[in-house]
Amino acid sequence: MDNFTVGVVVFPGSNCDRDVSWALEGCLDIRTKYLWHESSDLSDVDAIVLPGGFSYGDYLRCGAIARFSPLINALDEFVKSGKRVLGICNGFQILTESGFLPGALVANKNLNFICDDVELDIVSSKGGWFNNKGEKQTIKLPIAHGEGRYHCDSDTLKKLVDKELIALRYKNNPNGSSFDIAGITNEKGNVLGLMPHPERACDETIGGTDGLFTLKSLILE
Amino acid sequence: MDQFAVKVFVRLRPSVLDPAGEATKSASIKLGAEGIKSLRIGKMIEVKIEGNGENEVREKIDLLCDRLFANTVIEDYEYSLEKL
Repeated sequence: MDNFTVGVVVFPGSNCDRDVSWALEGCLDIRTKYLWHESSDLSDVDAIVLPGGFSYGDYLRCGAIARFSPLINALDEFVKSGKRVLGICNGFQILTESGFLPGALVANKNLNFICDDVELDIVSSKGGWFNNKGEKQTIKLPIAHGEGRYHCDSDTLKKLVDKELIALRYKNNPNGSSFDIAGITNEKGNVLGLMPHPERACDETIGGTDGLFTLKSLILE
Repeated sequence: MDQFAVKVFVRLRPSVLDPAGEATKSASIKLGAEGIKSLRIGKMIEVKIEGNGENEVREKIDLLCDRLFANTVIEDYEYSLEKL
């Protein structure tokens, strides 16, 4: 595990890449490497984070242009190999646009950019991304998004429920997401997308440590 | 090679709530416009493209619409095509 390296993808317009790297290196002592979006060589990273921000200025739709980057093209094989991919905020939007996760993220119901701490229920243990053993079934994480309203058709929602792919639900739905969904995984569990920012909740001095578990779980096999 | 002007209209699917449309509807009513039953906002994309005939160009535009211009999870699209 000593050489385990998490790749942090940098798109033009990413702005949480350094936060993610800081949280992984500074709080968890996990090595990171920035991956420029034009790179398609993922051979020396063991897990990948798609960080938050405004990739390609959110032009057309959030995540729509990032989907066509060489890095995202290379991600398919990475995911199929079972390696772990975490998409946070804009990273979640990219994962839905590129089809790694179902559904889409659209403008918040109240049209506001919402920047707040939210309480979240941990729903599924798929992929081991959250600590839902014992008492810890609710966590508090920051959100910061204008387009975070999760939307999918009823068949997809049924599948998400039946296959236990819903990772997190908002306790008090801030953005109008279907079924209060804040984060989902793929069927295998090795891809997680969520709107809240675990990397902003990794130190008590900045308001909480409920994000640590998720970042730490990147090193699970 | 023929050249075509294509206008692509991308709209949110009827099942998807359009809060920007709702806000604009509300402003329209404040402006004094009466009788607005529904107002939804979409996008229009203008493309000039060349190809060997209309069928080939339609194939290209279908691909662009399906893979890039619209996210068919939340949006529908249609387009008009004019030979230049």
